[in-house]
Amino acid sequence: MKQGKVVGINGNMVTVALESSVIMNEVGYIITDEGKRLKSEVIRVMGDEAQLQVFEITKGISIGDGCEFSGDLLAVELGPGLLGQVYDGLQNPLPELAEQAGYFLERGIYIDPLNRSRRWEFTPTAHEGDKVEKADVLGTVPEGPFKHAIMVPFNMLDSYTVKSIKPAGSYLITDTIAVVTDARGNEYNLTMSFQWPVKRAITCYEERLKPVEPMLTKTRVIDTFLPVAKGGTYCIPGPFGAGKTVLQQTTSKYADVDVVIVAACGERAGEVVETLKEFPELTDPKTGKSLMERTIIICNTSSMPVASREASVYTAVTLAEYYRQMGLDVLLLADSTSRWAQAMREMSGRLEEIPGEEAFPAYLESSIAGFYERAGIVRLRSGKKGSVTIGGTVSPAGGNFEEPVTQATLKVVGAFHGLSRERSDARKYPAIHPIDSWSKYKGIMDEKKTGEAYSLLKRGYEVEAMMKVVGEEGTSLADYLIYLEGDFLDAVYFQQNSFDAVDAAVAPERQELVFNKIHSLLKSKLKLNDKTEARSWFNSLRQKFLDWNYSEWESDDYVKLEKEIDAQIAGMKA
Amino acid sequence: MRKVYSKIETIAGNVISVKADGVSYGELAEVSTSFGKSLAEVIKLDHGMVSLQVFAGGRGISTGDEIRFLGHPMKVSFSENLTGRIFNGSGIPRDKGPELTENMISIGGPSFNPAKRVIPRNMIRTGIPMIDLFNTLVESQKLPIFSVSGEPYNELLARIAMQAEVDLIILGGMGLKYDDYLFFKDTLEEGGALSRTIMFVHTASDPTVECLMVPDISLAVAEKFALQGKKVLVLLTDMTNFADAMKEIAITQEQVPSNRGYPGDLYSQLASRYEKAVDIEGSGSITILGVTTMPGDDVTHPVPDNTGYITEGQYYLKNGRIEPFGSLSRLKQQVNDKTREDHRALMDGMIKLYAAYKDSLEKQSMGFQMSAWDDKLLKYGHMFESVMMDLTVNIPLEKALDEGWRILSECFDPSETGMKSSLIEKFWPKKG
Repeated sequence: MKQGKVVGINGNMVTVALESSVIMNEVGYIITDEGKRLKSEVIRVMGDEAQLQVFEITKGISIGDGCEFSGDLLAVELGPGLLGQVYDGLQNPLPELAEQAGYFLERGIYIDPLNRSRRWEFTPTAHEGDKVEKADVLGTVPEGPFKHAIMVPFNMLDSYTVKSIKPAGSYLITDTIAVVTDARGNEYNLTMSFQWPVKRAITCYEERLKPVEPMLTKTRVIDTFLPVAKGGTYCIPGPFGAGKTVLQQTTSKYADVDVVIVAACGERAGEVVETLKEFPELTDPKTGKSLMERTIIICNTSSMPVASREASVYTAVTLAEYYRQMGLDVLLLADSTSRWAQAMREMSGRLEEIPGEEAFPAYLESSIAGFYERAGIVRLRSGKKGSVTIGGTVSPAGGNFEEPVTQATLKVVGAFHGLSRERSDARKYPAIHPIDSWSKYKGIMDEKKTGEAYSLLKRGYEVEAMMKVVGEEGTSLADYLIYLEGDFLDAVYFQQNSFDAVDAAVAPERQELVFNKIHSLLKSKLKLNDKTEARSWFNSLRQKFLDWNYSEWESDDYVKLEKEIDAQIAGMKA
Repeated sequence: MRKVYSKIETIAGNVISVKADGVSYGELAEVSTSFGKSLAEVIKLDHGMVSLQVFAGGRGISTGDEIRFLGHPMKVSFSENLTGRIFNGSGIPRDKGPELTENMISIGGPSFNPAKRVIPRNMIRTGIPMIDLFNTLVESQKLPIFSVSGEPYNELLARIAMQAEVDLIILGGMGLKYDDYLFFKDTLEEGGALSRTIMFVHTASDPTVECLMVPDISLAVAEKFALQGKKVLVLLTDMTNFADAMKEIAITQEQVPSNRGYPGDLYSQLASRYEKAVDIEGSGSITILGVTTMPGDDVTHPVPDNTGYITEGQYYLKNGRIEPFGSLSRLKQQVNDKTREDHRALMDGMIKLYAAYKDSLEKQSMGFQMSAWDDKLLKYGHMFESVMMDLTVNIPLEKALDEGWRILSECFDPSETGMKSSLIEKFWPKKG
């Protein structure tokens, strides 16, 4: 065992005098007087001293305390049993931790991420004598709604021959399920789980593809106007109270993917609790099982140690890549990447590095780019496709997007859903600003039509701004109609009530139908003769439309309201 | 017997350093100076060199002064004897009472396991309609009062301290003017609330380091009481002073500042305090109400900005009133459907009408002609402001709701209010 002695402590950074060689980013354990082992990571080596960031509170560490190095990089355990779990940033299961330590997160307690006593029904798919490589499937176990593939560990770089494989039956994740040999005849015992370092991307696929297929979120403004593709990336910057978290929670519930990983990174614990208590009660419309069975929560809330906050987004993305390797579509929601960037800033400050803009480290941009680049849709060797989509919220200081984290993020994402204070103050939710935001992906709707709707909305805004100066009296009827039409489009389509059972999630067919109806209305000429008449006509149409939005798809109410709407529009067409 | 060190190597601001061994991080030491003893905390260890932050400040410390390490981190006594007492930021009595040394507990402990949290479910009644009716305070909530300096935020806190339906109030004062300290003391004494209050007060003239300890001490004590089943309300005033103290110390320690001179970990530091707010299943709870003064009424200033990202809403105090538009209690939805059936509808309806009143007021001030509807709104607005927005009242929620209906009935016809017919039938005051 490689060892060292503590010679300096500053905040959560500890300097250790080395007694042997050390690996950069190796995991070490500081051993305190009370016998607690505090997990830490080597982040700088200087001569015969190394600096470690400690993932726990450092109070009580003394000069001369011992340090043991593990020889491994910071890693997560991969295997069946990840789905439905609630982990901290270092993959400690929080409910189990609560059983052991009670109400508080006592430091120095580390629990196996995967249940060691649970048995899994293993069905082998490989046969004796088969040639296998890393990430090749040896067999499957049922996990939640999926068949979880048991793969050759990704860190086995040679090609191997299966010497023996266990017959179908129930096994622990630590049981040997296969023995493989390499060209030189060395034998390796494989179990159902293995370790993978979090900061290294999993790249056991044939090729990365272009993200073209839309990932439906069932939020109208996103799917219709600002689409996200499977394997793509998007960001949601917004000031506090603009509804970032509600938007993320809605997406995590309704997104059309197989697995959702929620990384609560440096945000309020109360918000995670809502997800925690709500998800087991909800059913996934795709599989009919509990929503929790397709979800993993990585929870490193704002009061938990800052170094593990930095690690938590990597933990989350590594788990996402693992499930992608089975040909599944995974969505990773990180809330908020600004807190992660701040964690990097704190560490950089302790290391006394030369600061960049707003004291963020100079490698901020490359770290953000490196994280988002781990998304992607890939073709696996089996021919299946799998994807990781990353959506990150950004909490810019003062709601000003001209700050380093937002700017660095905008450079690397494929879609930008900017939330605006004006819209949230006016209670227009989701507060995604329709004009400022953009997406480079192709959506489900005809782009010509969305473009027309967009330009009408823009002109509506212009008229509205003009009206503030010249008043309603000074606006021509034609302009006034454009303003009303834009306002109508905004109210019945861009805005969506995420707390209403029906309106919260709108299927693509319904989006298409509703959007086409609005589009044809906007294109047609109306026989409205004066402003008062126009206003009241649009008001009554809006009321009917909103009721229609709230009525269940193809229910009696729905059919009745649609007829009323059609009649009202038909009666006014010139 | 612990070793005594008597050669201080450097003194910079409030930080001294000394060569010593066997010291642990966060440990306390006692510095004996010519003007008395002061506590100091170990904030950095670098090989043999120990840096300490002296609570009483560096002024007057001699390089030959004695330092004795105590072998334990900062602690505070915890017992029922704390109630009714006043302490400073080091936990030393400010009143004439005896020093407490029994059952010492550590401060700044680990954070609560999120898996053990429950969804908040109980309202805290304060007797103030703008809070109870419009932005309900919920047990385990953390909520700041955003305010410009000069607003009566301390008066509001004192009123809440006297009226709130909780078991225990812990008041943490940071950088308080001495007058304000006396104001709190006298008001609570006269109101008879001092017996259920514990005060940890740092005044503006006290050493800066003590300011930093106030939230931690207050919350450590609150946590223990909450674990014993008490409903604790922690009032912190003013968190901007706390942030400024942090800034001052970070700068003297030559840390790289991030935004307007504040240290890069401002968010984490504030969060680790606010996140102590918790509702413990089968036991008590901690609710935090803090004051954040906004320099220059600027909500994008780093302190209110970071606070807004941490807390569950905010109360805007403006012109002596809780502003109905900027204020928000994010947790109110969890409780205001369980109070009385008309609570939510009345809350939304009255605010909508008040917004319409503001429009009419603007029209009036621009000299436009007033319609009959505008006149009704103006009457409504005045009544709303004088009855509902008054912060010096103490009326239960039910009474406040009745008052709301009375105002509506005096200003409008039922159909003009946009309220549901079933509610109007039940609650609209009958004539005569």
